[in-house]
Amino acid sequence: MSLPLHHPGDALLMDYAGGCLGEAGGLVVATHLALCPGCRCAVAELDAVGGALLEELEPDALAPGALDRLFARLDEPPPYEEPPTPPRIAPPAVPSLIPEPLRRYVGGNPAAMRWRMMAPGFQCVDIPLSRGERARLIRMKGGAAAPRHSHEGLELALVLDGGFSDALGQFARGDVAVGDGSIDHKPVADPEGCLCLSVTLGRLRLTGAVGRFLNPFMRL
Amino acid sequence: MERALSSFFPSPGRHARLVCGRAFAFNAAMQDPLPPAAAAMSPDDLLLAVGRARDRAAFAALFGHFAPRLKAYLRRLGADAQGAEELVQEVMLLVWRRAETFDPAQASAATWVFTIARNRRIDALRREQRPEIDPDDPALVPDPVEPADRTLETAQDSGRLRAAIRALPPEQAELLRMAYFEDKPHSAIAVERGLPLGTVKSRLRLALDRLRKALRDPS
Ligand SMILES: [Zn+2]
Repeated sequence: MSLPLHHPGDALLMDYAGGCLGEAGGLVVATHLALCPGCRCAVAELDAVGGALLEELEPDALAPGALDRLFARLDEPPPYEEPPTPPRIAPPAVPSLIPEPLRRYVGGNPAAMRWRMMAPGFQCVDIPLSRGERARLIRMKGGAAAPRHSHEGLELALVLDGGFSDALGQFARGDVAVGDGSIDHKPVADPEGCLCLSVTLGRLRLTGAVGRFLNPFMRL
Repeated sequence: MERALSSFFPSPGRHARLVCGRAFAFNAAMQDPLPPAAAAMSPDDLLLAVGRARDRAAFAALFGHFAPRLKAYLRRLGADAQGAEELVQEVMLLVWRRAETFDPAQASAATWVFTIARNRRIDALRREQRPEIDPDDPALVPDPVEPADRTLETAQDSGRLRAAIRALPPEQAELLRMAYFEDKPHSAIAVERGLPLGTVKSRLRLALDRLRKALRDPS
């Protein structure tokens, strides 16, 4: 299997490692990480930056007795650990097209999902996330062209199967396309069609000017 | 290779290697006098001692080192003093319970503790899931490079990385702190700071180049 050619880029990877990227962006980044050893390595380095920053913080003394309080709890039985919601789906016998962490949100079998028609040649499954964020699985028929649309923020698309092309190149399994208002990209699905995860990071976290900043940066 | 994330999972195939023997000075927040042995151990050694032997003196030393930094971390991210104290307790309890999964070949103790605190903070303060890979997922594309061949191992020398962070010009260091400590995606920074976009972009680039050089430079 070939490795991805289009990556989320340093800014998004750092936001993910730093913990400030929301669940929707995190879902795209982490699912890309499952398919991209290079970005896994980059995130490991950025985690190490977090460790170093923690070391460099000016210590803030705890209230007296904090250690005693903790020692009194060490022998508590671990609480029942709530399973992550949505619950993790058991790995399929045959590696799925859909890796973790996405699989625990939608399952591993696209044929079993409830697809809804968006436009001719386009179907989607909505993925509800916390705090009102949303992600979508999108299935495009071969040759389907995305209708022109304006980006309200930063749009991330991760290809899971098949692929598409736009002005910025060809995108295949594992590739992340970063779309914003600065580029009139009009993806056209490859002949075999395309299955992708799509999220829009809205104005809550991103402003309109951001795309112009992020996009060229993230394609470095 | 996935250092920090997979360090939450035991990796039986890989021998834990101790690669750093930094001497470590603990700060005055220590609440119990330590046996001299524990006082001289690095955080990595202490965490290994906790994981292997449930060593309470080592855990007290770890607490003395990390708890005040964790409190500072959580306060910078918006927790009030009491909320930060409570979260520090929870994070350190997770450190105690998960210590046996710590693998110093994959991350330093500080990095490992950071990832636990970061995730706990997202859960507790932002009430969000944090999507993460599953290292055992058969759909995960394996690293074509054998871990033993990777220069990432030198990341174990977190001292070099810290020195590089200290040496960053203030405006570059600030960009890092906003992403790690202030819950502000880079995407939002330019606007908030009123900086030209190109300036933010080149500052982040410069900062990362320096840090990666520190991580990868074998000297
Ligand atoms: Zn990548």
